[in-house]
Amino acid sequence: MVSLPSPRKPRTSVNQPTPGYRVFQGVNGVILTLVVVVTLYPFVNIVARSFSGERQIRAGEVTLWPKGFNLTTYEIVFNDGMFWRNYGNTVFYTVVSTAVAMALTTCYAYVLSKKHLKGRGFLVGVAVFTMFFTGGLIPNYVLITSLGLKNTVWALALPNAISVFNLLVMKAFFESLPDELEEAAQIDGLSTYGILRRIVLPLSKAVVATMVLFYSVSFWNSWFSAFLYMDRTDLMPVTVYLRNLIAGATQGGNAGATTEQLSQTAANIQAVTIVLTSLPILCVYPFVQRYFVSGVMLGAVKG
Amino acid sequence: MSTPTTSAPPPGTQDPPPAKTPPHRTRSPARTGWRRALRRDWQLYSLAVLPLLFFLVFRYLPMIGNVIAFRRFEPGGSILGEHWVGLRYVEMFLTDPTFWQVFRNTLWLGGLTLVFCFPIPIVLALLLNEVRRRALKRFVQSVSYLPHFLSIVIVAGITLQMLATDGPVNHMLGWFGHEPVRFIQEPDWFRTIYVGSEIWQTAGWGTILYLAALTTIDEDLYEAARIDGASRWRQTWHVTLPGIRPTMITLLILNIGTFMAVGFEKILLLYNPLTYPTADVISTYLYRTGVESNSFSYAAAIGLFEAVIGLILITSANQMSRRTVGTSLW
Repeated sequence: MVSLPSPRKPRTSVNQPTPGYRVFQGVNGVILTLVVVVTLYPFVNIVARSFSGERQIRAGEVTLWPKGFNLTTYEIVFNDGMFWRNYGNTVFYTVVSTAVAMALTTCYAYVLSKKHLKGRGFLVGVAVFTMFFTGGLIPNYVLITSLGLKNTVWALALPNAISVFNLLVMKAFFESLPDELEEAAQIDGLSTYGILRRIVLPLSKAVVATMVLFYSVSFWNSWFSAFLYMDRTDLMPVTVYLRNLIAGATQGGNAGATTEQLSQTAANIQAVTIVLTSLPILCVYPFVQRYFVSGVMLGAVKG
Repeated sequence: MSTPTTSAPPPGTQDPPPAKTPPHRTRSPARTGWRRALRRDWQLYSLAVLPLLFFLVFRYLPMIGNVIAFRRFEPGGSILGEHWVGLRYVEMFLTDPTFWQVFRNTLWLGGLTLVFCFPIPIVLALLLNEVRRRALKRFVQSVSYLPHFLSIVIVAGITLQMLATDGPVNHMLGWFGHEPVRFIQEPDWFRTIYVGSEIWQTAGWGTILYLAALTTIDEDLYEAARIDGASRWRQTWHVTLPGIRPTMITLLILNIGTFMAVGFEKILLLYNPLTYPTADVISTYLYRTGVESNSFSYAAAIGLFEAVIGLILITSANQMSRRTVGTSLW
């Protein structure tokens, strides 16, 4: 294509940017750099605070780098038995809840993916309606309480066992599998359960992995259900431990620490807890991010 | 976008098994149709039993449980309440001045969230779309998605640390000789803080669907626009924006649907009695009256009111967009 520059009809192409477009690219670069800085700065600052001395934090000297470097705060948090107990609870709750959620979601998504199934529209409707109308906080609270699920892992796992969005993503994936494989397996005498376990699931490793990630991150991060349904501190997940620190309901640190030591570090205990709680997510994030993106795309396109 | 298709099936499996093709659209009455479906697919139906039980118990039972808004409820008694009291609880909240205050706060926060958190991802996606260096684009994306993956408790914790009197924000104000502001205790600051942290947390992740929609726009349209002499800006206006319009409208409908349910968990973490005048919203108010003060029926009445408004909002937004632009969720 020949493009003749003319003052009246400026023609632009990717290869020949106009001066105006070049200015825009520069401005764009500045804006996006700002976005990166604004997003990352709080993290960097929190990490710096977690290693800093109390006096330097109070004076507002900590910005990008620890001032008055020390590990006292980490020691205090590491020595707090309740912190580790709650951390362990988070791991346990996440594993159990994700397992339950995967079992139910996979089964239902597989059923919904069968286009010939009589009553399929109704089964889809049952799930989709709950996206737009829910019972609300109070009836749920009353229900969980009267079912006697309080202070058990089931209060966290069961009410969140199926996320309709995840269900639709999985259904879309199962629908994209070729029917012929399953038909062949059926002729070979496999039952529906056998087909699901031996044919469909091995072909769906990618979507299963994505769903496990979706669920486990959301269970790891959740706090409100536990806050609502767990009465004892030793049953709390670490997110509620952090919440209680933020709300000033607890001081953190172990009981053995001197009051002086406690008051000296009260502020950066929060920073340390924030760092330690988000650490697992931050560690796996770079590797799993693309699964999340592809999962959301699949759900958005098909759902 | 097309989903990945697997390779052609092995020969010989193309023909559907003859046993599976009874045309069930014949004259047989519905009941025989169901009997046949059950006999053929009972294993599939059996897989649906537990999930259906889940929906029944944990989704639909609480919906029915909302009747306690119209019935007297005793803690420890039936989850559906003891006896009818009519609209007593509805009248109670309609005459409760606190209710109207939290209602106004809900509209304010919901409105501000919609105004800021809906368009910013679009702008960010358009800016990212103009980045030519792929590595740079991917880096900015990865960084901006990050806050989405953090627990809301961590986001709240970070927000509070940033805004503390010894935090970076006050530190920067100090450069201009400004006295430290007690952001967390000031009702006037709450809306800004809430919307700001919401943008920080959601703007990056919100670009995903727009970026996906942007890749589907036909390159020929840009070519045609260029030949017609459209500038970069006009190309964006006449090609790019119409190209992502369906995505924009879908997300707008969804945003309007969640208008009333403004970030309950985040507000619960960020507010305190000092900021209640601007921070207390319907959901936090009903949480306090219901769970903390045990007025379950009263709180359920407020919750039902909120849910019904939400349902009305999303249905009417959907209807409107179907009539005016022809895009709708259902």
